[in-house]
Amino acid sequence: MSLALIAALPFLGALLPGLTIRLGRNACALATGLVTATALLLLAFHAPAVLRGEVVQTRIDWLPSLGLNANFFLDGLGLLFAGLILGIGLLIILYARFYLAARDPMGQFYTYLLLFQGAMVGIVLSDNILLLLIFWELTSLSSFLLIGYWKHLPEGRQGARMALAVTGGGGLAMIAGMLILGNIVGSYDLTVILQNKALIQASPLYIPALILILLGAFTKSAQFPFHFWLPHAMAAPTPVSAYLHSATMVKAGLFLMARMWPVLAGTPEWFWIVATTGLVTMVLAAKIALFKDDLKALLAFSTVSHLGLITMLLGFGTKAAATVAVFHIINHATFKAALFMVAGIVDHEAHTRDLKRLGGLRVLMPITFTIALLASLSMAGIPPLNGFLSKELMLEEAAHAVWLTPWAMGLLATIGALFSVAYSFRFLAHGFLGPVRKDYPHKPHDPGFGLWAAPAFLASLVVLIGLVPMLTASWLVNAAASAVTGEAVAVKITHWHGLEAPALWMSLAAIGGGLALLGLHPRLMAIWNASPRPDAKRIFDALIEPLAAAARDLTATLHNGSLTRAIAIATLAIAAASAYAFATGTHLPGDRALLPLSTVPVIVWAILMIAALATVVLHRDRVVALLLTGIVGLVISIGFAWFSAPDLALTQITVEVVTILLMLLALNFLPKTTPVESTAPRRARDAAIAGIAGLGIGGLALALMTRAPAFDPISHFHLAQSKPGAGGTNAVNTIIVDFRGYDTYGEIIVLGIAALVIFALSEALLRSPTVSARLRAIGSGTNDAGDRHPMMLAIAARVLLPLAMMVGVYLYLRGHNLPGGGFVAGLVFAIAYLTQYLASGYVWSHRRQRYDHHILIGGGVLVASLAGVGAWVMGLPFLTSGYDYVTLWPLETFELATAAIFDLGVFLCVLGAVMLSLASLSRMALRAGEKVNPDAFDIDPSREVR
Amino acid sequence: MTHWIIAPVVLPALVAALMVVALRHSLALQRAASIVSILALNAIAVALLASATQTGPEAYFLGNWPAPFGIVLVLDRLSAMMVLLLTGLALPVVLYAVGSGWDAKGAHFHPLLQFLLMGIAGAFLTGDAFNLFVFFEVLLIASYGLMIHGGTRDRTRAGIQYVAFNLVGSSLFLIALATIYAVTGTLNMADLAEKLPTLPDGDAALIRVAAVMLIMVFAIKGALVPLQFWLPGTYANAPGVVASMFAVMTKVGAYATLRFGTLIFPTTLPATGPLVAEMLLPAALLTLAIGAIGILGATTLPRLVAMAAIASMGTAFIAIAAFTPATTSAALYYILHSTLATAALFLVADLVTRRRTDGMLTAQSPIAQSGLIGALFMVAAIAIAGMPPLSGFIGKLLILDAWRDHAATVWTAILVSTFLTILGLSRAGSTLFWKSQATAGDAPKPKPEPLAFAAVFALLAGLAALTILAGPVTRWLDATAASLYDPAPYIAATKLYQDRADAP
Repeated sequence: MSLALIAALPFLGALLPGLTIRLGRNACALATGLVTATALLLLAFHAPAVLRGEVVQTRIDWLPSLGLNANFFLDGLGLLFAGLILGIGLLIILYARFYLAARDPMGQFYTYLLLFQGAMVGIVLSDNILLLLIFWELTSLSSFLLIGYWKHLPEGRQGARMALAVTGGGGLAMIAGMLILGNIVGSYDLTVILQNKALIQASPLYIPALILILLGAFTKSAQFPFHFWLPHAMAAPTPVSAYLHSATMVKAGLFLMARMWPVLAGTPEWFWIVATTGLVTMVLAAKIALFKDDLKALLAFSTVSHLGLITMLLGFGTKAAATVAVFHIINHATFKAALFMVAGIVDHEAHTRDLKRLGGLRVLMPITFTIALLASLSMAGIPPLNGFLSKELMLEEAAHAVWLTPWAMGLLATIGALFSVAYSFRFLAHGFLGPVRKDYPHKPHDPGFGLWAAPAFLASLVVLIGLVPMLTASWLVNAAASAVTGEAVAVKITHWHGLEAPALWMSLAAIGGGLALLGLHPRLMAIWNASPRPDAKRIFDALIEPLAAAARDLTATLHNGSLTRAIAIATLAIAAASAYAFATGTHLPGDRALLPLSTVPVIVWAILMIAALATVVLHRDRVVALLLTGIVGLVISIGFAWFSAPDLALTQITVEVVTILLMLLALNFLPKTTPVESTAPRRARDAAIAGIAGLGIGGLALALMTRAPAFDPISHFHLAQSKPGAGGTNAVNTIIVDFRGYDTYGEIIVLGIAALVIFALSEALLRSPTVSARLRAIGSGTNDAGDRHPMMLAIAARVLLPLAMMVGVYLYLRGHNLPGGGFVAGLVFAIAYLTQYLASGYVWSHRRQRYDHHILIGGGVLVASLAGVGAWVMGLPFLTSGYDYVTLWPLETFELATAAIFDLGVFLCVLGAVMLSLASLSRMALRAGEKVNPDAFDIDPSREVR
Repeated sequence: MTHWIIAPVVLPALVAALMVVALRHSLALQRAASIVSILALNAIAVALLASATQTGPEAYFLGNWPAPFGIVLVLDRLSAMMVLLLTGLALPVVLYAVGSGWDAKGAHFHPLLQFLLMGIAGAFLTGDAFNLFVFFEVLLIASYGLMIHGGTRDRTRAGIQYVAFNLVGSSLFLIALATIYAVTGTLNMADLAEKLPTLPDGDAALIRVAAVMLIMVFAIKGALVPLQFWLPGTYANAPGVVASMFAVMTKVGAYATLRFGTLIFPTTLPATGPLVAEMLLPAALLTLAIGAIGILGATTLPRLVAMAAIASMGTAFIAIAAFTPATTSAALYYILHSTLATAALFLVADLVTRRRTDGMLTAQSPIAQSGLIGALFMVAAIAIAGMPPLSGFIGKLLILDAWRDHAATVWTAILVSTFLTILGLSRAGSTLFWKSQATAGDAPKPKPEPLAFAAVFALLAGLAALTILAGPVTRWLDATAASLYDPAPYIAATKLYQDRADAP
């Protein structure tokens, strides 16, 4: 548990800064520091065991089926890194307390910092590579927040995005690599994977896994050619740079290579990829660093260079080189973090980090200078400081490595060291030495103790490790290097390797050459400035911006909101897929005999075809098109009648009437014609697509109608059970209200919802001032007939009303046994009411309406639902109906079925839906300026007489 | 359990009807009724889930007719899970609607929401293919009403496109059902599952056509390329809270594909073989790609989230398309995750756009509560991108792991699209919350919307729970996925009909 707790503590503690910031900045920093200190203390408890060579483990099952578990382990390597992360973290928290300005939100900063710290600790303690991946990407995300901490700086925002893109992207590659690795081994547990070197290196997937994992490591550790993000990440506040970009996050890649070293290293591929990348990075970045005037940029490239150095050492694949890599990780963390903090102090005090504007700080800032001196001499590799020790060892390893030729590696490493000396001295000489200037943006002086305490502590480590390495560092190096190499390491670190050691001469050459370069610096700088060189940011932008622009264009083109195109594509896709499915399956034509052709159907069929084609041709005149579709509907109902489906015919006719009437009313508010918006080729294209789809459906229908079902169809049951089971002789109706009453239940609700939507939409439209204005414009432009509500029509409608209602009631009552039912009855009622509205106008009719149409709809759904729920009382399922025969004098014996109650719900819902739609349209007509009619008809002779 | 199976359908219908009849003049009462109804639905859904887990599939014979002649509802682990997902999403959505005042911007928000719940729950629970069509209609018309809620010009126009395109889907659904019925004489899903393996060879081609058509109907709902065109405009123009609810509507397509692809058209069926899977995978890969590119190329925030919804459907369908227990389990986990994540991101986008003049991804003057909303955006973005530590990452790992045999295409598609997603989201987020902070102008006074923020927190908490409880959740999902590939208990449940006509 305690290892998991170490990783979890910073995450849990991330809540504290936000809470304690209300108590002041000191309390906030203190709380944050306590969190880190506690984690460090917990780690320290485990240190003795780890240094004895034991491995501490904590296992918590999380997602065992995938192999993702919260397993942690602590060995020498983990101890080294966790110690660095938490120890330097503590110093950074102290430093940041005094670095951040009053206007910077400190709570936020510490929250992000702790999130990052937790992620880093998680990486180095994970014993599960999937868990490691989670922490890995978390460092990318939390560093995104830290780099972009100063939201107002465009560099910060861009740097943050670039860092996230590169490191997050590398992380994605690593996901694939780790999954491959896990699949080779059969386990995602690191401790298991680390035992399977032979298995992994023999796998054909070793190379892809290696490349993908290294992509993750190289991007994180800013190795060439992914190094460019790191300098841009320096837009972050200096504590972030010191913490993430020198001591910890960028070392995650190194950690990973070290962690995987036992199973991935030792092959030629590993050597060539890793050592070469490291070497190139080291030399290239060191050269660039020499020409950077910004203190932080110089340090950034120097960091890249040193990361390259360590990568190269790991790439050698030998135990000795790996040991040196571990040692240099410690040394680099100490001197580079100190130098970043120094740069921050200079920036803080002098308000500039530009070497051209600095110089002479030795006098003005003696304490800072002392720290800078020690740290940068260590960076240059000057004895007896710690940087010298590991650099000597590195040169020694490089001298013995064979890369292309026996001497190339040594030469290039020396050149890298030479640049390193040069920029280190430049940092000192141009920043601190020389005369005091008069033109600093701000007169600098040494900061308070709070700001220099942390770098001073690190500088003291630089000296201590440098002077007595065997006492201060060797135990940690031994433990970590043993963990990396899997063998016991007992390192011997000395200052003097004897005259015959090549490292001595390489080192001397580097120092001499470096000093010479510094002397030549002004001239070299002029050449550098004159020569063209790739600007990483511009290249990155040149990749990303066109990508984003292309994405924008593609998305805008694809989803341009064209409905016709969308439907055309969908139709084609459906047709093509269906044709493919059909063509790849076996098909036998059906054996059902065709009906003989007779004259009447052919004529009706011709009418249907003509009406349908005419709709297409004349569709721009909307009223005509509507009438033509009405003809199509009527012909279909004739067809139903012809094929002995009177129920369907009845329903179809009433539906047609109601629809056409409502549509005609709606057309009032629309232009009378559809404008021509399509070109002839497009119409031809659309005609072709529609033709394909139509022929396809026609062919399908033919195939279906000429065959009998392969199995006994369920309709046989419905026909057989209509009377005995459901109590009605009309099988269509018993299907609607009994066998499949639940479908009907859904469908009437669809109708009800549609009416509610029409109502809500018209409400919204009427509320909009622009729509109202347009409605009024329509109203004033129409030529009304002189007699809008003729007396004849009104009187006829009034006479028809009770008759139609009686028909409706009749249809409703007989529905269970003969064509009819609640649906048709509702429509008949609706037509009767519609006629009143047509005859006497909306206002007149509306004044005579007692109940809101909403009540009809809601009531219909309620009645239908309750008719269904009623069955529960009897212990029967929803919508179970019962029936019985009743004799009531003087009537014949008749049937009473609970299905009739359900059908009443259908009736109410249908009626309400039509009426509410009508009411919504009428309200719009009123807004459009339709005259309000208080009387039943406009010309009333009786009124004239009076 | 018996009658409780239909409660997720009947209860919201009754509540909606009651609102229309009696509560339509009082928004306060409608809100209360809506919230109470959804709380009750959640309780019912939990009970149904427990029942399905303990006793296995259970059928409910509507009208007391035996299957396949009447309609049956079937409660199994999958349908119970989807219902719980639906009601679990509805709760934060309704809270947000109340808290943000969206429900006051037009008529009938709450009845339509209840009807939508009814429609979706009905689609999840039904064991009858035609009844599925009916409930698709219910959810389509209710969602259309919600989509144009409060109607502005752009929203109404997008609404037409939504409903028109989906009516194409409805027609296709009917044609497919007609084909199936004409060939087999039945539309009961369990009955089809039982009969289709013995279908005569000569009918194979027609059943293949029907299968393809049905899957394309579901693909329209699930916004699968090339049938995704309706989604961006619809989701981007719908009120944010409605778009958030719609996160579960695409899952109806995913659910139906899974149900039909395992129960009725399994890869072992002689007539169809691997037809469904073969069609789904390329479409899913393309969907993911187009969605991810859309995230990078989006110019407005709502559109960005809409494209993220498309991308997540691509990912879900990739997992579905493999039709193995392992991938299906991964798909189910991802469906749970992406529903909550998409919904959360839509709500956050709504918090942002309501505080700005528009949803354009440009720097505008700072918004109220920028810090808090920015943090919520970050968390929701991490979730939708599938970055650690939230459930999206686990979901993607599960899918990658399950597809290990086709790593080259599937892994590349998923990882590269994740990269594009990160790029797009980081650009959007840094513009909205960082660059805008840097522009002149003071942040306006905070809008206290405790319910709205609580809704977002609830969704994010759901994601966190899904992450932490990944172990037990995936164990449950593994069993659920396994049950889909062993449909015998499902079919058997529909045969347990006992004539209860003589019941008291």
